[in-house]
Amino acid sequence: MEKLTRVSTISGRTMFCHLDAPANAISVCRDATQVVVAGRNIFKIYGLEEDGFVERLNLRVGRKPSLNFSCADVMWHQMEENLLATAATNGAVVTWNLARPCRNKQEQLFTEHKRTVNKVCFHPTEVNMLLSGSQDGFMKCFDLRKKESVSTFSGQSESVRDVQFSIKDYFTFAASFENGNVQLWDIRRPDRYERMFTAHTGPVFCCDWHPEDRGWLATGGRDKMVKVWDMSTSRVKEIYCVQTIASVARVKWRPERRYHLATCSMMVDHNIYVWDVRRPFIPFATFEEHKDVTTGIVWRHQHDPYFLLSGSKDSTLYQHMFKDASRPVDRANPEGLCFGLFGDLAFAAKESLMSAPPSVGDVGRKTYPGGDRRYPIFFFKKPDVTEQFEQVSSALSVFESEAGSSVGMDWFINTAQSYLLSGKPFGELCEHNAQVAKRLNRPQESTTWTMLRIMFSEPANPSLSSNHNLNKSGNLPLVNSFSMKEMSAALSERNKENRQDNLHSLETNLNNNDENEETEGSEGQAEYLFGDAELDDDDLYSMEHDNQAAEEPEYLLPQEAFPLRHEIIDHPSAPEPVQERPESPHVSGSETESTCLTSTESFSLISVSQLLFSPHLPPKFFCPIVKEMLCYYAEQGDVQMAVSVLIVLGDRIRKEIDELTQEHWYMSYIDLLQRFELWNVSNEVIKLSTCGAIMCLNQTSTTLHINCSNCKRPMSNKGWICDRCHQCASVCAVCHHVVKGLFVWCQGCSHGGHLEHVMEWLKHSKHCPAGCGHLCEYT
Amino acid sequence: MDMRDAAGRWDALGSRDSSSRHAAMELIHQEVMKRIETMGPIPDPQSSSPPAMDDSLSSDLNALLAHVLMLSKRCPYEDIRKKCTCLLQKVQDVGVRIPRPVGNGPSRFIPEKEILQVSKLDKRIQSIFEDAFAVLGRLDNISLVMGFHPQYLENFLKTQHYLLQMDGPLSLHCRHYIGIMAAARHQCTYLVNLHVNDFLQVGGDPKWLNGLEEAPQKLQALGELNKILAHRPWLLTKEHIERLLKAEEHSWSLAELIHVVVLLTLYHSLASFTFGCGINPDIHTDGGHTFRPPSLSGYCACDIANGNGALEEMFGNQQVSELSGEVEVLMEKMKQLQECHDEEEASQEEMATRFEREKTESMLVVTSEDEECVPSRDVSRHFEDPSYGYKDFYRRGEHVPTLRVQDYSWEDHGFSLVNRLYPDFGQLLDEKFQIAYNLTYNTMATHQGVDTSMLRRAIWNYIHCMFGIRYDDYDYGEINQLLDRGFKVYIKTMVRTPEKITKRMYDSFWRQFKHSEKVHVNLLLMEARMQAELLYALRAITRYMT
Repeated sequence: MEKLTRVSTISGRTMFCHLDAPANAISVCRDATQVVVAGRNIFKIYGLEEDGFVERLNLRVGRKPSLNFSCADVMWHQMEENLLATAATNGAVVTWNLARPCRNKQEQLFTEHKRTVNKVCFHPTEVNMLLSGSQDGFMKCFDLRKKESVSTFSGQSESVRDVQFSIKDYFTFAASFENGNVQLWDIRRPDRYERMFTAHTGPVFCCDWHPEDRGWLATGGRDKMVKVWDMSTSRVKEIYCVQTIASVARVKWRPERRYHLATCSMMVDHNIYVWDVRRPFIPFATFEEHKDVTTGIVWRHQHDPYFLLSGSKDSTLYQHMFKDASRPVDRANPEGLCFGLFGDLAFAAKESLMSAPPSVGDVGRKTYPGGDRRYPIFFFKKPDVTEQFEQVSSALSVFESEAGSSVGMDWFINTAQSYLLSGKPFGELCEHNAQVAKRLNRPQESTTWTMLRIMFSEPANPSLSSNHNLNKSGNLPLVNSFSMKEMSAALSERNKENRQDNLHSLETNLNNNDENEETEGSEGQAEYLFGDAELDDDDLYSMEHDNQAAEEPEYLLPQEAFPLRHEIIDHPSAPEPVQERPESPHVSGSETESTCLTSTESFSLISVSQLLFSPHLPPKFFCPIVKEMLCYYAEQGDVQMAVSVLIVLGDRIRKEIDELTQEHWYMSYIDLLQRFELWNVSNEVIKLSTCGAIMCLNQTSTTLHINCSNCKRPMSNKGWICDRCHQCASVCAVCHHVVKGLFVWCQGCSHGGHLEHVMEWLKHSKHCPAGCGHLCEYT
Repeated sequence: MDMRDAAGRWDALGSRDSSSRHAAMELIHQEVMKRIETMGPIPDPQSSSPPAMDDSLSSDLNALLAHVLMLSKRCPYEDIRKKCTCLLQKVQDVGVRIPRPVGNGPSRFIPEKEILQVSKLDKRIQSIFEDAFAVLGRLDNISLVMGFHPQYLENFLKTQHYLLQMDGPLSLHCRHYIGIMAAARHQCTYLVNLHVNDFLQVGGDPKWLNGLEEAPQKLQALGELNKILAHRPWLLTKEHIERLLKAEEHSWSLAELIHVVVLLTLYHSLASFTFGCGINPDIHTDGGHTFRPPSLSGYCACDIANGNGALEEMFGNQQVSELSGEVEVLMEKMKQLQECHDEEEASQEEMATRFEREKTESMLVVTSEDEECVPSRDVSRHFEDPSYGYKDFYRRGEHVPTLRVQDYSWEDHGFSLVNRLYPDFGQLLDEKFQIAYNLTYNTMATHQGVDTSMLRRAIWNYIHCMFGIRYDDYDYGEINQLLDRGFKVYIKTMVRTPEKITKRMYDSFWRQFKHSEKVHVNLLLMEARMQAELLYALRAITRYMT
């Protein structure tokens, strides 16, 4: 109680004073009224007043100050208010007694360390116990009543960077080392450490015990990390990890705030950060006053979380008020966008932003609950009252490229290989391609093909088409409506696959940039709930499963996919019959285009099936629609569809689309095919194309340069004999005759021969027939 | 078949797969034979000069043969060595003059028989050499000499590889050019030649080699930095850095600058090592081989110029026997220092004066009894202001300001900066420094089980002291006890003006120590110097950034 009143009497503001020299370390006395600043050329005590720092005492006395004054570290005793200890860069440990009457307050001098002493630490409860850690790898414990050290602890490695007595355990202290290790010692047992673990790669510059949690130790290292370790269990466990942007020089737990700690860095970065260890990606608060690296930070009072003191290389001493700190969270960009390895796209934004546009996903989910369950996954984090972060709830949407785990372009390859582009009557081609698309679970494309067939093929003419064909046309309405349904279902499914519905909607208190890691990382923290009641593990599983089967390639944005369904539903009217040409009767099946048509233009499904044989539509009639459809596909990135249709339709459509666009499509498609090494298909496309520019692609680089297999010179003449070494080149390695015709050779050892001979040979032997020892592969 | 083509072929020789090595060797064989054929009638071996018309052809062939010669001696693969020797023999049988290596092995100072023989390697070195050979297509003399200390060599090669060949802010040819600039600062012909070849091989513009003024302005701007870093790094200020970083279209980026600084410091100190160990030119480079028949004396001119005569050798041996016990004295001193350390404690003022004394003493003129060596390639054109060096500086009696290592150290500050701007490289350098600093076999000459840390620390700190870097926690009196005058002269020369090192200096320090230990000292010198320069450069950059 008394403590509390004490605290409340402290007041102040953010203030600073100039020091004469850079500070290396600062320490504050227990009642928070005075602060000592130590550095290479400074050793002073300042009083903390309401409106500023007041210099109380200069401990640097004498005409020629010795190196003992050159301090690497300083600590004010927390029990005895006149007692100070410093660590000198020359290896001395000095204690100072402010109660000494003379000007020189130096009390004791221990020169047992051979190298720079990096750290001194008083025992929190024992008045006369002082611990030091030095560059020479030793830690020494001094009893201030004696002239020399009581015990020496050898870390068995070089350079102790920090030593800290545990606040709760009387006998324990932690030491951090330059090689990345942290050791725990029992003060009574100098022979061997109790525990050791590797905390960081590279030096561990600092460590700090949690003031309340017995087993928690925070460490900071050159690897730019702050880690919190739990020592209470039998195995030391890393429970939190904060990644900073520069090596961590000091770390101090914030009083009264269980999860907060302050850090400053040794290089480059001058700010002081206060982190909530549960929110490791963005500092909770930042103090940006210093102009050079901060070398020492200390909370003004051990029970007051609102004042932080800091000393810096820029020769200033600051008192920071917590209310004046800048809060990076407020300035953080709450949107995040990222591409995954397999083309997945994740987008996170504040929930308010996400729900603003008509949330198609929700609609989709309601309409098709069966298929939809899997994607909206909600993670809720129980709000933690101790967290002081602004509550931001944000939604994360993941737009996956489908087709499972593989490249995500399987559908493309499959389609490219299976589509028939020529060699059959138009109707059959369409039919075949529709089947292919359907098989690959691409209902929209499938329907498009079917519609194309209906639009452009010859009128169902018994004489022309077989019985089978007739049957088909008889079936058409059925097929049609069926596929329609399927399609709309598929579309909605796609919706959900595209995860319009915000998937992982996380109620989190941070900005969502971090959400991802948040969900995976952190075992230590809580409790995600599946918000969607229907969702259980099985669903999750099956969803993955479906995912593989579904092959919807492009990311259809909801707005585009969705209207389609509406159109299908309320097709307003039947198309107006236009005059018919003999070759082309047909049904208008325009759902394919409906994606890009407005509803007034589109035709009702039902009317289509009814109108099936109203034979008054010339194919020309459809051309604008088909053209639009092709453009739509091309724009969607499915240039495959555009080109395939273009080829299959041939003259029927070609004139409608300008040459340049066609060429562009062809080029894109060929390029894609070649990326996927579908050389045969690409060649076929080139062959079937009608653009001049494309056709001539086949005519280039048809020359094959060969070198003579004997003398390695280029074969310039046309014959079989190299004109330089006058030997027959390209001799079959198997039969030793000259190969005239198909010559196959290994790219590894360049031996080869008659195709059939080599095939035969390699069935029996793995080695090159020429005997060169190369393991040839024939595939 | 131009050089680039040839490079491809040589590369294949580095393969670990013996059959592809074999194939590559076949190609080379054919190539050589074809050249000889196309040269036409074999020149009369008696005639002193080959026909003028063949000049370019024959020089091509000679370059080829020199490379083959190098392979026959230095390739880590025995089969290639044998084949190359055969090939040379064959060529000679045809009547073509073949080259022979000049000098005795990789180093002028160390007898060839002391240095690792490529033919007798243990497994570890063999694999290190194979790696190096695969990467560089050669095994340079520096690596051979460093082969005394495989642990270090491995790291050294890794660092060099990363610095010169892996991803980094600078383009490949720039890296080599900067290496050339740095080495030229110390007139280190060996390194300059080595990197001129590499520079051309990675497609550098040969015009740049005519001098710094032919290089782009961006590179020219580095002249100043190079000069200061090499000779007086403590004068480097943030203004220098600013000038480089803010030069309109010729400005450097911070990441590039770090790369530059690391390259410059590495090659300055590598030049020290090269001179300190008396590295001979590589066999395949200019001056590494000769087509002249061996002279009668058995010593070539450059050996004599460097005092590598037989007489000297004998003389040296005599002295060694006289001075036996030197090691024991040193060890005794170390022991004493260890023991009395706690008893007698010098005052702080005394400590400070000791440091200042060492520092000023280290500035004193090194006795210049040595003769000027004449660089075969005009290396001075790669840097400006050749007169700038230690000489005029210590004559002016300039005072070196003190940098306290507690205020700016590699471990705490330098590392973070380098790693931030040139990721991963800080780690590599850190390892390199640590290996060099901690390397020990616990031996001193013939004595086993000696803790040499004190001696190593004295050497390291002495070099840093020469650069004005002070360790608060070190008693600089120890240096005087442990390092005798001859050794100090050697260190000073090596760090300041490595080009003036002579064999006599090399021989005259630590006579009883083994060559491997002297190489060890050289490694320490090199790393300490590099770290010192690096510290100053990084400090300037840090100051610029804050």
